[in-house]
Amino acid sequence: MSDTVVDEAVPGAASAAAFIEVDGVEKVFDVRRKAGFLRRTRHEVRAVDSLSFTVARGEMVGYIGPNGAGKSTTIKMLTGILTPSAGRLRVAGIDPSRQRARLAHRMGVVFGQRTTLWWDLPLIDSYRLMRRMYRIPDGRYAENLARCVELLELGDLLEVPVRQLSLGQRMRGDIAAALLHDPEVLYLDEPTIGLDVVSKVKVRAFLRDLNKERGTTVLLTTHDLTDIEQLCRRVMVIDHGRLVYDGELDGLHDLGGGERTLVVDLERELPPLDVEFARVVRVEGARQWLAFPAGQSAAPLVARIAERYPLADLSVREPDIESVIARMYARDASVAP
Amino acid sequence: MGQVRLYAAVAAGGFRRYATYRGATFAGVFTNTVFGLIIACTYIALWDERPHLGGYDQAQALTFVWVGQAMFSVMMLGVPSGFEAELAERIRSGDIGVDLYRPCDLQAWWLAQDLGRAVFQLLGRGVVPMAVGALVFRLALPTEPWRWLAFLFSVLLGLLVSFGLRYLVALSAFWLLDASGVAQMYGITATFFCGMLLPLNVFPGAFGDVARALPWSALLQVPADVLMGTAGGRGVLGSYLFQAAWAAAILGVGRLLQTVATRRVVVQGG
Ligand SMILES: Nc1ncnc2c1ncn2[C@@H]1O[C@H](COP(=O)(O)OP(=O)(O)OP(=O)(O)O)[C@@H](O)[C@H]1O
Ligand SMILES: [Mg+2]
Repeated sequence: MSDTVVDEAVPGAASAAAFIEVDGVEKVFDVRRKAGFLRRTRHEVRAVDSLSFTVARGEMVGYIGPNGAGKSTTIKMLTGILTPSAGRLRVAGIDPSRQRARLAHRMGVVFGQRTTLWWDLPLIDSYRLMRRMYRIPDGRYAENLARCVELLELGDLLEVPVRQLSLGQRMRGDIAAALLHDPEVLYLDEPTIGLDVVSKVKVRAFLRDLNKERGTTVLLTTHDLTDIEQLCRRVMVIDHGRLVYDGELDGLHDLGGGERTLVVDLERELPPLDVEFARVVRVEGARQWLAFPAGQSAAPLVARIAERYPLADLSVREPDIESVIARMYARDASVAP
Repeated sequence: MGQVRLYAAVAAGGFRRYATYRGATFAGVFTNTVFGLIIACTYIALWDERPHLGGYDQAQALTFVWVGQAMFSVMMLGVPSGFEAELAERIRSGDIGVDLYRPCDLQAWWLAQDLGRAVFQLLGRGVVPMAVGALVFRLALPTEPWRWLAFLFSVLLGLLVSFGLRYLVALSAFWLLDASGVAQMYGITATFFCGMLLPLNVFPGAFGDVARALPWSALLQVPADVLMGTAGGRGVLGSYLFQAAWAAAILGVGRLLQTVATRRVVVQGG
């Protein structure tokens, strides 16, 4: 992994206002496996490995990586329900696993696959419980609830027992539950899992608002890269427990060895064009697709084609983030032990 | 103060939660009543044969039967079917993580919920079988109101013991991942040692002494004796002391295990 770039030039990240500090953190699980009759072998799973990053107050950071990369494990350590095996971890200057209770009032958590809601009771009852648990002042509670109900469209769901809610409805209910006590930091572990397009748009708009207006620090884990594209300027990529990228979302394009595509419409059908630095990846009648390195300007390429061929029209397509990341995951998998 | 209101709200939630399942409540009342009738007939035959068995006359033996049926779901005298399956499942699946980052105490939370459940089941599943028993048979029920109050207090102490034991059952999931085997074993032990099969004072000798000293006797035998005034030399206060001591010890062990478990907790799943 010598070729990985960890971009330090993220705005505000290195400033003194670091809200989340992760420094050389490791988490090793001891796994025992049956190996025949009464025999068990022990081995270690290194879920998180010398992980270091900081997040400034008010930042919204995307945290992505392939399955089993260590994202959830990181979030569990940040919430204090798992103790790191090594390294230093601070949220608002507090060690989460040591002082879980002190931090509890200041953070909100949504684990997409889990629910904090009371299964058998109407949604509103869970909220009333949160209000007691977090000792939310009456005015604040009413205001926050009203806001969540409006923006997440929970109005018709409040009296419905949680077990009767659909996955997407429940998820919206869970997001509201995590926010009633005005947390300073919100951890979201796959909050859009199983949501339909409309709900996703709603949830994203809500999160963007929350971050902008309340300055809530957000760490967002997801497999839906659109979430990241629409919400986060900064993204961290983790793979096999290690941070392999930390920087602006745009920077990923260059890093992933991405290629841009030039789509040209010619005046008539021609054999694949022959131009330096570009190769034809597809031909369809008079239209051809040429791939060229993302770091390179399209202008000289266009000029050269216009000079030699009857060009009617053209457009440039950016590499989509999905394929960049897919390539990145694949590459890391081949390097990893 | 805020904490008290929280746990009161949790208890209210526990109450409402069981109140939702009307069908289950109705079926439970029916079962308890039918079982009560069957066991009562058996006891009548037994006490006809052996009057004053274990120091009870026939009316007292029958009272014991109906108190047992009334307490069956309140105290979870069989294989437990309350919070412990849910808590064990939360531990197994890793949902326990959600509970751990909440600013409240795990044991107190589940205790509050279980007390809420117990209050519902006392009203929903205790009163009717008791009333049927009293209508059909001649029972040795006290007429002084203070005895009933004393009984209720003894029930409350018994509930603490019952909860404490079942909390241990649930916590075993931290180590075993599956607590259902432990729950089965617990159920069999509880059924016998609470006096559900036969009142514990029927058993003679050292075995009887041991059975009466175990925590399960705090669930049924002791409250029933407080109700009927058959607590013997121990008296009402001595009975309370016995129950409270067990409650404190078992809840204490629960706390200790909870601390150990959550310190080395491995929260399962992503
Ligand atoms: N309780 C556990 N015991 C043993 N190994 C574990 C445990 N929890 C996680 N792991 C391992 O740690 C690694 C990281 O898991 P983690 O749940 O953090 O991944 P993730 O990035 O959240 O993946 P996904 O995208 O699939 O949710 C995996 O290899 C997993 O098998
Ligand atoms: Mg995960």
